[in-house]
Amino acid sequence: MKKFLLTTAIAGLTAGAAYADDVNIGIIFGFTGPLESITPTMADAAELAMSEVNASGLFTLGNIVPVRGDDGCIDSGLAVATAERLITSDHIQGIVGADCSGVTGAILQNAARPNGVVMISPSATSPALSTAEDDGLFFRTAPSDARQGQIAADILRDRGVNSIAITYTNNDYGAGLADAIKTAFEAAGGTVTMVASHEDGKADYSAEVAALAAAGGDVLVVAGYVDQGGRGIIRSALDLGAFDTFELTDGMIGQSLLDAMGSELQGSYGQLPGADNPGTQMFQDLAAAAGIDGTSAFAPESYDAAALMLLAMAAAGSTNSADYKDHVMDVANAPGEEIYPGQLAHALEVIAAGGDVDYVGASAVELIGPGESAGNYRELEIQGNEFTTVRFR
Amino acid sequence: MDILNALVLLGNFVLIPALSYGSQLALGALGITLIYGILRFSHFAHGDIMAFGTMVVVLVTWLLQGWGVSLGPLPTALLALPAGIVATALALLFIDRSVYRFYRRVKAQPIVIVMASLGVMFVLNGLVRFIIGPNDQNFADGARFLFTVRDFREATGLDEGLGLRVSQVITIITTLVVVSGLFWFLNRTRAGKSMRAYSDNEDLALLSGINPERVVTITWLIVAVLVTVAGTLYGLDKSFKPFTYFQLLLPMFAAAILGGMGNPVGAVVGAYIIALSEVGVTYAFRKFLQYLLPESWAPDGLVQLLSTDYKFAVSFVLLVVVLLIRPTGLFKGQTL
Repeated sequence: MKKFLLTTAIAGLTAGAAYADDVNIGIIFGFTGPLESITPTMADAAELAMSEVNASGLFTLGNIVPVRGDDGCIDSGLAVATAERLITSDHIQGIVGADCSGVTGAILQNAARPNGVVMISPSATSPALSTAEDDGLFFRTAPSDARQGQIAADILRDRGVNSIAITYTNNDYGAGLADAIKTAFEAAGGTVTMVASHEDGKADYSAEVAALAAAGGDVLVVAGYVDQGGRGIIRSALDLGAFDTFELTDGMIGQSLLDAMGSELQGSYGQLPGADNPGTQMFQDLAAAAGIDGTSAFAPESYDAAALMLLAMAAAGSTNSADYKDHVMDVANAPGEEIYPGQLAHALEVIAAGGDVDYVGASAVELIGPGESAGNYRELEIQGNEFTTVRFR
Repeated sequence: MDILNALVLLGNFVLIPALSYGSQLALGALGITLIYGILRFSHFAHGDIMAFGTMVVVLVTWLLQGWGVSLGPLPTALLALPAGIVATALALLFIDRSVYRFYRRVKAQPIVIVMASLGVMFVLNGLVRFIIGPNDQNFADGARFLFTVRDFREATGLDEGLGLRVSQVITIITTLVVVSGLFWFLNRTRAGKSMRAYSDNEDLALLSGINPERVVTITWLIVAVLVTVAGTLYGLDKSFKPFTYFQLLLPMFAAAILGGMGNPVGAVVGAYIIALSEVGVTYAFRKFLQYLLPESWAPDGLVQLLSTDYKFAVSFVLLVVVLLIRPTGLFKGQTL
């Protein structure tokens, strides 16, 4: 027994020594749960940025090793346990994640803040995270839904719409977004006739549509999911002749909507995160070369989250969260040399030479306020059988 | 003119949707009530056997569409309906032989059979998702509208419009045909009478030479017709998604209990009441009243009794009230 203990202790020591130069970075997404179809690509995109930095040979703080963990997207208990395990036993220096807003808040408060670890989320969009206590540790490359509310209100007002009715899917995403749209639209002088929720996956939506139609409005704003109740609402509204034009939030943009009722939706419009940014195409090429689908939702933001974290470490000259957390905003924003996907090696050269970088990346990163993306959106309009980009906002 | 506008408004948003939704529920509730009346248990797998039947119809419809077969303005799914019914009947008979018959033989408590049907529900649930997937499937074709809201407005010159979909017309007519066929069968044919006798008193029926297994088989065959037709009509009207069919279980049971378990007339009436109250109680009557009342009386608010958030509470409140006041349901007991 003594011998066994001794050998394992020696093995442990040598193992520890062999990996002394490793910088572990946690990638915590919902690999199970509602987002399980897009999270593998998000993680691949984040790891793409890490391997790009490793391959450059210019990251002097060590060899970056991604460590994946599952947050289940809607399972706060699992999420916190995962983060805790990655922090204490894998000694991760930062977290790329989490994905869904609820678990992101849970990890931030129960694992990241107590242990002082930086988090950069690519996809948590809840407005509540803007005001959460974060000790300067939390950033996101995704915009808050408060921003989308403003964009939607702008689009509606620019199109001369004076009154709207809003229906939202009855969860945090839908309620937060509906609230943001209502606030912004009323501030812009418009009238909101009714805000009504709908449950996903129900049998019949004629009651909801009847109430919305009775309240009236030029346009029906649908803050929901394209393969869920949102589609049922639109189907029913068209059938009953209640509304002709719809404003669709990001969850409602999907080809399946057009395939189901294409021609009847002509002239409806909506918005989706996206920027008029050469980096988007560069990222897609880069991802395609690595066998990753760069157009997958939140893949660009994931790449950017990982890249930002590594550049901030390089700028701080330290992998310690307490040191590099203050450099995240610096590398993300002007002034400095603009950095696009695939140019991380160049960025490290600039930083090593004492220069300043302005990371633009795949999703036109510009961090504002409490460290969240300013939010660029594409305004889309349904023309023919596809969503056409009208302009960028 | 104003009265006409008000009526058209109500018709478009409340009456017609409630009528077609109620018809779909009625066919489902009839099946539940039949099974309860004859086999004496609550069939929890009802929503999922409905999904199963509709799935077969969808697959056959796609096949027919692939061959270029079409019914013109009518949906091709109507042609595929018989195939769906046969497949559902075989599935139901197989389930009955392999699961329910055992419990019948050992004269198990009804609650035990209910739990068995819960198990069947999960198996069917998985089977349907395994074959066709959990997503929305679109299989409606042919003309969508008989006339649209806009057509109606232009033709009549009224301010309000009334739309009528082909699927709604088919739903209402089919329900009429199927329900009257069922009542004719139960009241006029020998097999129907033996079913009612069996439902009334099992032992007496046995004494008078009625073969119970035959009655059970006929019941499942009728249920197969009812669920497949209901599921297909619902799918044509909205769309086919396994999860939604599972959710239909609640309003269907509410309808059957409201009308009185084991009573076919009650199931139909209950279904229409549930549908009408779900749509009607949550409807905002402002516009309707604006047409009817003098201008100075017109309401400012929405005149909505209950927010649509509580739509699903409506059927259950009705259920509780009926169970408190008339525990047997609106129509008394097993008069199958």
